[in-house]
Amino acid sequence: MHSTAYIIRFTIVMTVIVAFVLALMVSGLKGIHTENEEVYNKKGILSAVSEQLGKDVNVMSNKEVQEIFGSKIEQKVVNAKGEELSADQIKVATGGAAAKAEDIDLAKEAKKPVDQRLLPIYVFKGNDNKNYNILYVRGKGLWDEIWGYVAMSEDWNTIAGEAFDHKGETPGLGAEIKENKAWYNQFTGKKLYDNTGNFKSVSVVKGGVKDAQHQVDAIAGATITSNGVDEMLERGIKYYEPYMQKVKKQEIKNQ
Amino acid sequence: MAEVQELTKKEPSSFSFGKAERKLITDPINDNNPVTVQILGVCSALAVTTLLTKAIVMGIAVTLVTAFSNMFTAMLRDYIPKSIRMIVQLVIIAFLVTVVELILKAVNYPIWKELSVFIGLIITNCILMGRLEAFAMSNKPWRSFLDGIGNGLGYSVILIIVAVVRELFGKGSLLDYKIIGPTSEYVLNTNQISWLSWYATNNLAILSPAAMFIVAIIIWVQRSRNRKLIDIS
Repeated sequence: MHSTAYIIRFTIVMTVIVAFVLALMVSGLKGIHTENEEVYNKKGILSAVSEQLGKDVNVMSNKEVQEIFGSKIEQKVVNAKGEELSADQIKVATGGAAAKAEDIDLAKEAKKPVDQRLLPIYVFKGNDNKNYNILYVRGKGLWDEIWGYVAMSEDWNTIAGEAFDHKGETPGLGAEIKENKAWYNQFTGKKLYDNTGNFKSVSVVKGGVKDAQHQVDAIAGATITSNGVDEMLERGIKYYEPYMQKVKKQEIKNQ
Repeated sequence: MAEVQELTKKEPSSFSFGKAERKLITDPINDNNPVTVQILGVCSALAVTTLLTKAIVMGIAVTLVTAFSNMFTAMLRDYIPKSIRMIVQLVIIAFLVTVVELILKAVNYPIWKELSVFIGLIITNCILMGRLEAFAMSNKPWRSFLDGIGNGLGYSVILIIVAVVRELFGKGSLLDYKIIGPTSEYVLNTNQISWLSWYATNNLAILSPAAMFIVAIIIWVQRSRNRKLIDIS
C-alpha cells in the first residue's frame, strides 16, 4: 500500500504535467484553430451564393476561401433602424472586439435587445456584375440553434441563394436543412414581398405548397426544425427591413 | 501485487511480435470484439455512423486513445496508488482525448465540427476503462499497446461496416462519392437505368434505429459463423 503522502504527491505531479502539456498544445494550436473557424464561417457565407462561384465551397482550400472572401465580398453592418454603421461605431457597440462584420460574435448579438443588435450584410459581387446581399438569420431548431445566410437579388425581393447550418439537429431529419440540397434549393426564387409591397417572408408549410411565391415544403419528420426555419426567416429578415426600405427609396431617387 | 509481478517476469521483455502478440490484435477484431461480443461502446456506434468519413475518423481517434492510454497505464502501473487508480486512468484517457481533439480541430475543422461532442465522449467509452482495468494494469507496455490497437481496430471495423451500410443505403454515396441516386450527379442514375427505377434511398438508414438493426445483424452473422461464440450470452 502507498502512503497518503505518496498519493498526494503522485496526484500533484500528474496533474501539473497533464495541465502543462495541454496548455502548451492549446496555445500552440490557437492560431490554426482560429483560422479554421474563420474559414468555416466564411464557407458558410459563400455557400449562399454557391451558384455564382462555379466550384463547391467544401472542396476549396483555406487560401482560396480567404481570397474569394477578400476580393469579392464587401462587408457592411447595419442596425435595426436601418442605419449603416461605421467601423468606429461597430467597435463601440462590441466593446472593441470587432471592426468588421466577419469579426462580430453573432451568438452574443442574438442575446442583445433588437434595437442594439448589429446585423451583418455581406455584399457579394457576382460574375454577372450584380450585387448579392447576403443577410444573416438565426433561430431555434429542435435541439439547439440553427442559423442561415440568405442571398438577396438586387431587387431586394427575390431570394437568390441560401445556406443553413445547425448545431445539433437529428441526422436524416432536422439536419437535412443543411445537407439536402433539393430541400434548401426550394427557397431560391421565392419572394419576400407580396404584390402590394407588404413583407410576407417565405413560410415552410406542411402538406404541399399552395402559394408558389411565398411557400416551401417542410421536411417530413422534422416539423419543429421546419417551423424553426420558418420563424427564423420571418423574424430574422424583418430586422433588415428598415435598411432594405431605405436602400430601395435611395435607388428610386437615383433613377 | 506479487502475482502480477510473477506473471510479468515470464514474458519476454523485448518488443517481440510473435503468435501471442498477434493474437492480442486479432482477438478483439473477431472472437472478443468490444462492440459485438462485449457490447461496449454501442452509443457512439449509433451516433457517428451516418457517414463513412465520420466513422473512419472516429475509429482512428478511438484506436489512438486506446493504444496510448493502455501503454501509459501499463508504464505507470507499478506507481499508480491502488486507491486512486480509476481517477488516474481517467486523467490519462481525458488527456489523450483532449490531445486528439485539439489535433483534429487543427487538421480537419469541418469533421471536428460534425463529430462535435462525440470526440469528447470517447472519455466515457466503456472500452477504454475496460481495457485499462482488465489488461493494462497487469501487463507490460508493449503488450498493452498492442491490446489497445486490437480493441481500437475491433471497434473501428464494426463502425465502418455500419457506416458503409448506412451511407450507401441512406444517402446513396460512400465517402461523399455519389454512387446511386436519382440525379445525373450519381454514377448509377436511377432515373435513366430502367431496371433500377424502383430504387429509392432509404432515409431510415440515416436515423439511429438503423445502426441498432445493423449491429444486431452483424452479431447474428458473427455468432452463426464463429463456433467459439455459441452459447456465450
